[in-house]
Amino acid sequence: MQQGYDAIIIGGGHNGLTCAAYLAKGGEKVGKNKLKVLVLERREKVGGAAVSEEKYPGFIYSTCSYVCSLLRPEIFRFLDLPRHGLQVIPYDINSAPNPEGEGIIYYNDHDRTRESLRRHSIRDAEAYDEYAVEISRHCRFIKRMLLMTPPDPTQINPFVQNRINPWGHREDLDGLLRIAREFGQLGERHMYDMIRFWSMSVADFLDQYFETPRWKGLAAASSIIGTALGPYSPGTAYVLLHHYMGEVDGQIGAWGFARGGMGSVSKAIAAAAVEAGVEIRVDAEVDKIIVRNGKAVGVALKSGEEIYGRSIVSNADPKRTYLKLIDKGDLDAIDPDIHRYARNYKIRGSSGKLNIALDGLPEFAGLGKEAAYGTVDIGGDFDYIERAFDDYKYGSWSKRPFLDCVIPTTVDPTMAPPGKHFMSVFVQYVPYQLAEGPWTPEMKGQYEKDVLDTIELHAPGFRKLVLHVQCRTPWDIENEVGMTEGNIFHGELTLDQLLFNRPFPGMGQYRGPFDNFYMCGSGTHPGGGVMGAPGANAATEMLKDFKRGVVQ
Amino acid sequence: MTDAIIIGAGHNGLVTAAYLAKAGLKVKVLEGAPQVGGAAVTREFVPGYQVSSVAHLLHAMHPTIARDLNLARYGLDLKAERVSTRSLLPGGRSIDVGDAASIAALSRADAEAYPVVMSRLARMADALASYALHTPPRPDIAKMDWEGKLNLGKFAWAMRRLGRKDMLELTRILTMNVNDLAGDYFESEAVRGLLCFEGVLGLALGPRSPSTVFNLLYRLSSLGANGQGGLLLPKGGMGAVTHALAKAAQIAGATIRTSAAVDHILIENDAAAGVVLSTGEEVRAPRVVSNADPQRTALQFIGPRNLDTMFVSRIRHMRMNGCTAKIHLALDGLPEALTDRRGRIVVAPRPDDIERAYDCAKYGRVSDRPALELVIPTLSDPSLAPAGKHVASIVAQYCPYRIRETSVNEARRQIGERSLAVLEEVAPGIKQRVTAMEVLTPHDLEAQFGMSGGQWHHGEITLDQVLFLRPAGQAQDYRMPVPGVYLCGAGAHPGGNISGAPGYNAAREILKDVRARRVA
Amino acid sequence: MTAYVEHLTPFLRKTPFHPRIEALMHGSHWMRWTGHYSPAAFESVQSEYFTIRNGASVYDVSPLIKYRIRGRQAADYVNHLITRDLSKIKPMHAFYTAWCQDDGMLVEEGTIFRFGENDFLLNSAKDQLHWLEQVAYGFEVEIQEASNELCGLSLQGPQSRDVLRAFGINGIDHLPRFGILELELQGRWLRIDRAGFTGDLGYEIWVKPDDALWLWDRLFEVGRDHKIAPIGAQALETARIEAGFILIDVDYSGALHALRPSNRMSPYELGIGWTVNLNKEGYFVGKRALKREKEQGLSRYVLTGIEIEGRKPAPGSFLYADRKGRRELGLTTSACWSPTLKKNIAFARVPSAYAKPGTEMWIEIWYHKEHKIERSMVRCRAANRMFYDPPRKSA
Repeated sequence: MQQGYDAIIIGGGHNGLTCAAYLAKGGEKVGKNKLKVLVLERREKVGGAAVSEEKYPGFIYSTCSYVCSLLRPEIFRFLDLPRHGLQVIPYDINSAPNPEGEGIIYYNDHDRTRESLRRHSIRDAEAYDEYAVEISRHCRFIKRMLLMTPPDPTQINPFVQNRINPWGHREDLDGLLRIAREFGQLGERHMYDMIRFWSMSVADFLDQYFETPRWKGLAAASSIIGTALGPYSPGTAYVLLHHYMGEVDGQIGAWGFARGGMGSVSKAIAAAAVEAGVEIRVDAEVDKIIVRNGKAVGVALKSGEEIYGRSIVSNADPKRTYLKLIDKGDLDAIDPDIHRYARNYKIRGSSGKLNIALDGLPEFAGLGKEAAYGTVDIGGDFDYIERAFDDYKYGSWSKRPFLDCVIPTTVDPTMAPPGKHFMSVFVQYVPYQLAEGPWTPEMKGQYEKDVLDTIELHAPGFRKLVLHVQCRTPWDIENEVGMTEGNIFHGELTLDQLLFNRPFPGMGQYRGPFDNFYMCGSGTHPGGGVMGAPGANAATEMLKDFKRGVVQ
Repeated sequence: MTDAIIIGAGHNGLVTAAYLAKAGLKVKVLEGAPQVGGAAVTREFVPGYQVSSVAHLLHAMHPTIARDLNLARYGLDLKAERVSTRSLLPGGRSIDVGDAASIAALSRADAEAYPVVMSRLARMADALASYALHTPPRPDIAKMDWEGKLNLGKFAWAMRRLGRKDMLELTRILTMNVNDLAGDYFESEAVRGLLCFEGVLGLALGPRSPSTVFNLLYRLSSLGANGQGGLLLPKGGMGAVTHALAKAAQIAGATIRTSAAVDHILIENDAAAGVVLSTGEEVRAPRVVSNADPQRTALQFIGPRNLDTMFVSRIRHMRMNGCTAKIHLALDGLPEALTDRRGRIVVAPRPDDIERAYDCAKYGRVSDRPALELVIPTLSDPSLAPAGKHVASIVAQYCPYRIRETSVNEARRQIGERSLAVLEEVAPGIKQRVTAMEVLTPHDLEAQFGMSGGQWHHGEITLDQVLFLRPAGQAQDYRMPVPGVYLCGAGAHPGGNISGAPGYNAAREILKDVRARRVA
Repeated sequence: MTAYVEHLTPFLRKTPFHPRIEALMHGSHWMRWTGHYSPAAFESVQSEYFTIRNGASVYDVSPLIKYRIRGRQAADYVNHLITRDLSKIKPMHAFYTAWCQDDGMLVEEGTIFRFGENDFLLNSAKDQLHWLEQVAYGFEVEIQEASNELCGLSLQGPQSRDVLRAFGINGIDHLPRFGILELELQGRWLRIDRAGFTGDLGYEIWVKPDDALWLWDRLFEVGRDHKIAPIGAQALETARIEAGFILIDVDYSGALHALRPSNRMSPYELGIGWTVNLNKEGYFVGKRALKREKEQGLSRYVLTGIEIEGRKPAPGSFLYADRKGRRELGLTTSACWSPTLKKNIAFARVPSAYAKPGTEMWIEIWYHKEHKIERSMVRCRAANRMFYDPPRKSA
């Protein structure tokens, strides 16, 4: 039996590590000694879903998450990640191949994109600027909310907490007023547009601007990645934003490759955490969270070991946390609704992944060679994506899936031997379980074949370049990384599971139902995407509680 | 001299007319059809057989309006029998929402949960509906007048009264899809299917589409204190409702002129001056109130030349893809499964059945297996058909207005045939009983009743098209951009159903302008 | 060549005049203009500037975005789109106008050419097709992006008419300001209009792309004795400010492309309220909002000219009511030293009460002084924004 930790973090994913580093670095502000923080990781290495692994000799795969943009610049700076080895290399091309004609290619350069879109439709080329401005306007508003604890409009309390009034809790009102102020600055016209935008389908949104079906399909890509919704579903316009609000070096909406694969992100955060004094233990799987008298007091490892600490933080997804790590009895003693919330939490896995070692750079149909230097979105028009979604709805993988492909080795020399390449293929949509039952090796083989066939169709000659394929279904992802149903965001990014409702109604402020228990994973505001914001925000709330003396 | 012209004698137009006339205005209602009622009429579809042409159940008529206008005195029987909903399942089984035992036969847990869940949802819906008789607020609090702030305060209080748990649950479910909600609460496919059907009724969305829970709540809101407290089969069909309204308006002093189709609104010096009929006749008045849908009002009656571009664009992009067809059957008798089914019958046994039906509509096709709502009004009111004969009134979903690769005639044939096939499965023998059939696709509804896109609600009831976004931002206060032109139809807040609330709200705003002498 | 190099291949468009311009470029002072190479300066900005005011300057205006507007109701459409009264514009005339969004905020301002009753060409600096087509709903009109159909040179300066006379353009002496002339010369089609962006006597000459080099060569041949010379955007910028012309993205953000609502401006606020005709027949986009702005005095400020003491250029400088800088009034947008007027001039957004010519204000200027930045507070006075308006412009 060990004790004496100020915080024990379950799970060494990027958010767990960020939370740990923030706690350790911010502990001094609490006014006493540095906080003693322990991170417990089930696997043999930290990183969770942001890992780099050598699955084929000489090739480093970003096995799960594969590109980087949303990691908040504030975290980058605060943890001094570049010094710990993180470099994000932006790419500026996004394209959609076309086996029947000219593909669509989009660049970060305005004039170049205009020139490119013009070849398909002068209308689309001309509408692009207006579209980009509307998106940026929404992003500017949302971005401010990312590193903010979401205020809960159902508990407005105008009193400041102090010694005389310990029940005061003005933060929610202040937060709401802050958002209202930002909102007020939009001007009435844009207010309507924004409210409308949030509940719209991406298809309706894009139809207002563009006409070329394939370009609309490409533009819609960001709105369905990782979600269990099709482009005709209301609410998908918001997800579009979720992928646009990132930045690389201040360039909003840009995406980049982490040098050395996404594992570099976790490694750098871990290094920053260790430097700040955090203790990290790998191969330490937590079995249960120990709750006594309504207080979280420690964790029990699979090995039988018990570790006690002043506060417990879960980086696991909400479903895993509340249904597996915590006893139902402990929950019901506090509030029986929590168990129901956890059970009803929407965390459908909808995406698979193929990691492919290539003998050379593929060429995509209807596109120049430069396409391989950015994201290649294999898909089609809205109907193509919607039909892919239809397959999924009824419990099958998409026979003609939507694929988000990147080849980071075009700019990163560290991930494959010279001349060879690593290609990451994100597959949408793949169910966690098939209608017929669990995944079988034959089914998985068929799914892999369907994906490779789709790529071959859009990149003739591709198959000949393939050296090795690692094929993953949501089920594999769950088993490897521990994310329930393999959902990459720790819970769907639909409006009902955002802000103060993420993960559960009334628990959107990183505090769990027990005293001294917190959540810091992507299942909390603002959600997934390797942002680090949930971890940082959770640490901020915890430090407040340490300071107030709420944590005993 | 006429003070106000109302274009269209639909139920909302008549409500506005009645309120304005009661306030002392000289009101003239111009209706294009030979009879009043708009889409809420009872008519003969085959000689001897009468049916409510579009909506066939009354539930939403706001009690305030019914009371103010004294509709009971004018022949509307609002104390009529409340009917229940029964969902027919394959194999001759069925559940009745009013009968716990029928649900318990499928799932004991659901039978217990059903009344609890539904009353919880109804409570939330009621809280939302407390805004039905208010003008939607402006989102910019700084620009809100005291009345807007007061209404908002009252609304906040209604929310608060729900308690924190329900308030949180409401914020969670408001944007959700009804399939998930049904899955959260119930285990049997039959109960889930029924709930899903209520969630998608009138929408071009499927049970798995977000925002369908809102539609469900919208529907529930009119089944409580802000509606008639249940489903009513009005005696004499829907025409009885609009006849009562017309009488109320006339007695208050309004004049109603039928067979007077309006071609456009006369605009002089950027203000309403009257209307021009399709005959070329001019009828002048300083205020023109349109009961037509927003697209027809803005794009045809006012015309894009008198409007700003973004406004026109928003109106054009309103989602008006009607997906609901209406089928009327003349029957020479009832099959066994339907004898003595006085209430509302739903055929949507599983959520996925509805979802697959919607999949077809997504790609512009008529559903292979439509989901159905059916009533047999002749069981309660035999006068609607010859003795011993019956009428079945069916709402069938989905038959999209935006069809691809097929003609309207073909779509009409398909939805009729496929609906009958679905019905035959749960009510064997019905096909043989059909002596005549009328099918109204959204295209037919558009042509006959002037609803753009054949959309029953004058614009789908989804989150991006309600409150201050209905019909478009900065026009949510029933005032169209041209001074003196107003909108009183279902395309304005709070939206569709035979509630009269948009007409009531519009009348209030018009009278405000009259008092402030904002127009003439 | 490897793929990566291919990825870096230049993609900017070249105008049909590019070979001639490129041949005259010393160094590489290129800039981008609607995705084209456009000269910022050739050799000496100063001498280019004086060509505008003294000789005949040549500036390649081919990159301007152009839309052809035709159809049975094109005139009604244009009248609905713009703030000016179209009924006052005769065919074969060009005119300057503004067009606004619903709330009266300026989408852009520019020149529209009217060739016939229902035949127009609209020039703009930004992509407008999406907007133009949205406005077109309900009109029988066809809008065609026509940027590459013609290319043109702007010939500006007191000698420009002499050059065209020598070029053999009959009737150039009688072409009124904003008049349009179409003719054939040596078997080639030409369009000449008398307009420009310099506030001086000047013309624009448009030809088919194939005739571009012929035009250039012929102009320079006959213009040799009339001080003809090519200029770049930098010289033009000074002339533009002297002439009081506003420029999108410098003096205002177009309503369609402004990120922040506060950056959108109305014609009244930009000091081009004279283009708004609230009494014209028929409705036009933004009329209700503009009427309200005018009647209720809702303009937030007005873009006026100011003359500043000293000679430090003052772009983006704050204006104050008092020397201490306690009461801020607004800020400048465009600014330059006027070599012709020998004055330090700028455009400034100030409350309309301060826009009356002669009103004294203070301006805070930050300037470089041998690798150091210094600050000074100097006096300035409101002035007519059309600082330079020679009679020859309209003679």
